[in-house]
Amino acid sequence: MKTRNQAVQKTGFFILFLCTLATLFFLGTIIYFIVARGSGIISWEFLTQVPRKAMTAGGIAPAILGTFYLTLGAILVSLPLGLACAVYLCEYTPRGFIVNIIRISINNLAGVPSVVFGLFGLAVFVKFFNFGVSILSGSLTLGIMVLPSIISAAQEALMAVPQSYREASLALGATRWQTIKKVVIPTSLPGILTGVILSVGRVAGETAPILFTAATFYTRGFPKSVFSEVMALPYHIYALMTEGTHPQQQAQIAYGCALILLVLVILISSLAIVVRHKQRIGHG
Amino acid sequence: MNIGKIKESVYKWFFTVLAFASLLFLVGITIILFKEGLPVFKELSVFDFILGREWYPTYDPPDFGILPLITASLWVTVGALFVCVPLGVGSALFLHELAGPRQRAVLKPVIEILAGVPSIVYGFFGMIIVAPFLQKVLGLPVGQTAFTGSLILGVMATPTVCSLAEDALSFVPKSFREASYAVGADRWQTLTRVVIPAAGSGISTAIILGMSRAVGETMTVLMVTGGAAVIPRSLFQPVRPMTATIAAEMGEAVMGSTHYHALFAIGLVLFLITLFFNIIAELISRRFRLKLGAGR
Repeated sequence: MKTRNQAVQKTGFFILFLCTLATLFFLGTIIYFIVARGSGIISWEFLTQVPRKAMTAGGIAPAILGTFYLTLGAILVSLPLGLACAVYLCEYTPRGFIVNIIRISINNLAGVPSVVFGLFGLAVFVKFFNFGVSILSGSLTLGIMVLPSIISAAQEALMAVPQSYREASLALGATRWQTIKKVVIPTSLPGILTGVILSVGRVAGETAPILFTAATFYTRGFPKSVFSEVMALPYHIYALMTEGTHPQQQAQIAYGCALILLVLVILISSLAIVVRHKQRIGHG
Repeated sequence: MNIGKIKESVYKWFFTVLAFASLLFLVGITIILFKEGLPVFKELSVFDFILGREWYPTYDPPDFGILPLITASLWVTVGALFVCVPLGVGSALFLHELAGPRQRAVLKPVIEILAGVPSIVYGFFGMIIVAPFLQKVLGLPVGQTAFTGSLILGVMATPTVCSLAEDALSFVPKSFREASYAVGADRWQTLTRVVIPAAGSGISTAIILGMSRAVGETMTVLMVTGGAAVIPRSLFQPVRPMTATIAAEMGEAVMGSTHYHALFAIGLVLFLITLFFNIIAELISRRFRLKLGAGR
């Protein structure tokens, strides 16, 4: 009996080990192919030049810059709104039924597919407000897409601040706003920051919401105003694979774009993990 | 003192207004989907839309039956589950139960970082490496099939499922495990009969959220499932899930046309499906908290 149990345990643990190995193998393969095939094309010129010869030569600078603008715009939209919403829900309203309902709806919206946010952006920003296919429409759409994640990350960080901190501050005669500004926000800052950085990573890699609100395959040079269409890294990969007339050379460039995007997103999420790690150490 | 009071209420109003502005945007999504999606039902009945077997939006007369698209989403999602549940939950169990502290310290962040890899990268990889590979190995007419889509989506959802399942496992109180060891159970028995049941609802939440991600995923399926809007008869046929249909056709649909409204209606269907998943996940995770709370 005993040996049978041991055999079962051994087999079970071996299967779990195989699962982990398979996971790492699949994910490792993807990264290996992107790095191995993409690194050949990366050069200073690739990063800083505009595309030439019908997208078969030159660089991807406008796409990198476009992604930067869209991400920056999205954070400018979602950070103030999301932070204010979280502060309002955590600090100004008593916890109860209504806050619970709001929390659940925010959670639900975080799970809405990104392409649905794209539809919303198309109907509201592109058509209704007549911003057209532009950086502005794309940033607003992406900003609203990450709003739920920013709200819940900030809310979680604010709720992790011990109640005694607030009470101590209020007992010293500080007002509610002074308490929020001097005690609650500084204490929860690393948590909020982690949430924001993770959102930046997500926004930078999203394609579906900008398909019909901001992105275009090719622009002459760099975007001139917030009302211009832009090239963006993730969309550029898709477009290189599905449009144009030189699939062979375009695939090369697509590998390069995928590598740059991968490195960018991995750097961003590593930063988030480092910030969170520091915060955990800080809290002892 | 009075100025201080005014300042306080100004700040309070400032936060209230911004908070409601963001809620307004979020409520706005629901309203817009209904407003732009419902007009399609002036042209055809809900029944014809959901259960119609033909999707030919640009024919004359056009057909707007989304059953092939729903079927495609369903097949691809279920296929993805067969990949991401064993891999994701298996790795989570390994991380939690078997990995040493040092292995965990490396693997946990690595998996978390992989969960953040953009879907376009998976789609690109699927299109340029996996699809041609499967076409050659399996001798298929085309490499972009429901099977390819399931495989890539499953691998993509694995880190998310793993990460969430590992969180669920770590919420199981240590005392549960110690009690099991104390009555003579070995590690495997403790894992399968105590830890997994205790974390069960947390793990199911992880799976449901992974599923919700797979249903809503757009770029990957757009690039690797092939895009044929017919009801699939085998896993090795090209299909066109709902998200891919919206992404592929919205650019051509004339604003205000039935096609345009039909695409919004598909968005509405997607919205309702993910809402359903999220509500289930929420209910389960609430029960989970109660159960473990009582156990402490």
